[in-house]
Amino acid sequence: MRIGIDVGGTNTDAVLMEGRTVVGWAKSPTTLDVSSGITGVLAKLLFETGVAPSAITAVMLGTTHFTNAVVERRSLSRTAVVRVGLPATGALRPFVDWPKDLVEAIGGVSYLVHGGYEFDGRPIAALDEAEVREVARQIHGAGIDCVAVSAVFSPVNTDQEIKVAELLAAEIPGVRVSLSHEIGRIGLLERENAAAMNACLVHLAERIVDSFRRALQELGISAPFFISQNDGTLMSAEFVEKYPVLTFASGPTNSMRGAAFLSGVKDGVVVDIGGTTSDVGVLVNGFPRDASVAVRVGGVRTNFRMPDVFSFGLGGGSHVQSDPLQIGPRSVGYEITRRALVFGGDDLTASDLAVAAGLADIGDRSRVAHLDPAFVAAAVARMAEMIEASIDRMKSAAGDVPVILVGGGTLLVGDRLNGVSELYRPEHAAVANAIGAAIAQVGGEVDRVFSLDATPRAQALAQAKEEAAQRVLREGALPESVEIVEVEEIPLAYLPGNAVRIRVKAVGALALE
Amino acid sequence: MRRTIGVREIEDIALGAAVLGTGGGGDPYIGRLMAVQAIEDFGPVELVSVDEVDDDDWSVAIAMMGAPTVMVEKIPGGKEAEHAFRSIESFLGRPIRYLYSIEAGGINSTIPIALAAQLRMPLIDLDGMGRAFPEIQMVTHTLFGITATPFTMADEKGNSAVLSTVDNRWMETFARSIAVNMGATAHIAAYAASGRQQKEAAVRGTMTLAETIGRTIREARAAHVDVIARLCAVTQGQVIFQGKVVDVQRRTVAGFARGEAILEGIGADVGSQMSIDFQNENLIARRNGKVKVSVPDLITMVEEETGEPITTEGLRYGFRVNVIGMPSHPHWRTPAGLAVVGPRYFGYDVDFVPVEARPVPCAP
Repeated sequence: MRIGIDVGGTNTDAVLMEGRTVVGWAKSPTTLDVSSGITGVLAKLLFETGVAPSAITAVMLGTTHFTNAVVERRSLSRTAVVRVGLPATGALRPFVDWPKDLVEAIGGVSYLVHGGYEFDGRPIAALDEAEVREVARQIHGAGIDCVAVSAVFSPVNTDQEIKVAELLAAEIPGVRVSLSHEIGRIGLLERENAAAMNACLVHLAERIVDSFRRALQELGISAPFFISQNDGTLMSAEFVEKYPVLTFASGPTNSMRGAAFLSGVKDGVVVDIGGTTSDVGVLVNGFPRDASVAVRVGGVRTNFRMPDVFSFGLGGGSHVQSDPLQIGPRSVGYEITRRALVFGGDDLTASDLAVAAGLADIGDRSRVAHLDPAFVAAAVARMAEMIEASIDRMKSAAGDVPVILVGGGTLLVGDRLNGVSELYRPEHAAVANAIGAAIAQVGGEVDRVFSLDATPRAQALAQAKEEAAQRVLREGALPESVEIVEVEEIPLAYLPGNAVRIRVKAVGALALE
Repeated sequence: MRRTIGVREIEDIALGAAVLGTGGGGDPYIGRLMAVQAIEDFGPVELVSVDEVDDDDWSVAIAMMGAPTVMVEKIPGGKEAEHAFRSIESFLGRPIRYLYSIEAGGINSTIPIALAAQLRMPLIDLDGMGRAFPEIQMVTHTLFGITATPFTMADEKGNSAVLSTVDNRWMETFARSIAVNMGATAHIAAYAASGRQQKEAAVRGTMTLAETIGRTIREARAAHVDVIARLCAVTQGQVIFQGKVVDVQRRTVAGFARGEAILEGIGADVGSQMSIDFQNENLIARRNGKVKVSVPDLITMVEEETGEPITTEGLRYGFRVNVIGMPSHPHWRTPAGLAVVGPRYFGYDVDFVPVEARPVPCAP
């Protein structure tokens, strides 16, 4: 049996699954330390199902924690970007197309130094080590220890980025360096953006992974533990400590796959209302529609391949201001069961409005009885409008569409929404993310340069596909489930031998039971 | 009609230019950011119709040349365009009143806007292609005897070159090899032309056309009306295939990214296949082996739901696209035009047939 866990900004959900059957589920508030929330929900789940910790063969965690941190501009470390590319690239500096408040939130500073490569691997300029050391001293002097390094054409030649990392490590004790070539692809700004976002999340990632680990230990669960990536495949805990940015869209992916699994709807819109944000995505034939263009995360353009999701700041824990009426994007998050009015707190949240309007019955109803009915009606109407607008934005035709509501915040929605042909609230919808995590797959990727003069293209592709499939098998996939999901070829212009970079990704279902 | 290009217009021009880019011309994103930054720093750019340009006033084209995949990676240093412009200005020894875009498709729609803002010079509402093409001589100006010479190039390191050649085809040969040595991108200034010459030779109104296309897509998305039908209406285009990308093959030949995309039909085209050959731009589209549209007419793949144009380098396995065919400017459909940019120039032994002569209705 395996456990899927979703650590949201507000709730931590867990499901116990055997094959395609949901054996049991539990939900409890996310806690500040994260681990006690996980311990709490797992203890509840194991107690209620009567399953022994030793019967668990794998634990899969999905978390929106890192996405929320960026969306809310919270828990982000101060970050410096060192771009290696002068005299080129000065026309557009790092952070150029970022929302200004995010740059402020991470105290984003940037430095341009000489170096980088031409497309063919020639240096644009030699790396000036003294210049890099001076930059490192300035970064250290500013008290920053999270640094992203982006060199022009680092996917072609990684040497300068690696050298800059060494120089930074020598000057800045304990520095966490995120190298752009390890995270993104060709496209300097997008790759640099991803590296900078990764850098500002590394300290948070270390804390979160550590608390996950401790939570499982406390419960005596010794099964391997995985974390969901953007594409729905799993990565090891050690990996996520270095690359938290790769979890960015895993929440929406898990929730959409979970929603399709639970509702049986293959084509429609999924609205996942969490505690802090809502994510709206589109199911095409049971899978999330991929964004075919550059995706913005927290307002920042990246070039990951990710599900096409529109996120906005409405959730069960969203702060409500009365005059003028404003709902979100700030949220009480995991503290909802302490800070919401119905739970005895002092903060007026979206969930309090749902209770006052009679949409939900949680906590102490009398504590919202004093709210002006006209205000409650206006606020509830505003929430419906926010959700309707997001569905409208995502759907591609003017007609009504089927909508599947999932997530803990579905209580904010009444019986009907404009623009919706049928509203589904599947059983276990509140834990769709956790179910999506539990059905997650493992992936394997090959990213290598082939000389097509030496190896015919068909043979190179077959070889790359075979290697990717082998990697998926090594990750523990069932052989019959392995499929190639992505094939990409990037010609490396002007190199002798007709060189092409071939990237192949395969996925398969984790073999457990 | 005089008007100004501000930030909103640039966003629309960049999106429209990606449609006119027919898969190539370079991702307008970098050029858009540079133009927006220049306008924020120096103020809006004046756009004038060619009819308002005095016959004896001179203009030059400003552009980037090189490999699109390199442009998104090795971003310009920032001084290259002015450097190229100052070189051509001093070489010509006469005042230059206007800048213009040589190529309304792709990144070169916005590159001259950035310099126009910086130098506070007006831009003429025209270009030399009405789309994007891969080679320097492939401009309508060539058909009217306007020479690329003098041709100046500048890189981020401070190198520059002034070229003079016997014809525009030779310019392509020399400039390309210099661009490769400059790191596969360079800023250029070329095709100096008088107002009189522009009125005869240029493809008029294409900055406005790009803006109209971009605005149409933006507004159709917001109103949730059929983006692709609207796009066809403003470009006189038609959907020639609906399909899913099942294979993309790329190789680099003599400095150009050449390749082929294979699409498997969906919707009305289930059971059929389309292949699209590209050399930076989409060149020829064949349905079940038979030519459907070819250069110089425009072939653009757009994402089936959002109408977002897809570049050949961004094309990936699994994309669901509509292929749109659009008519090219009449200058290109003459024997002289076809000699420069017709299918035979690109190595396809087929006769050009205008897209509208193979009617396919726009998808409902």
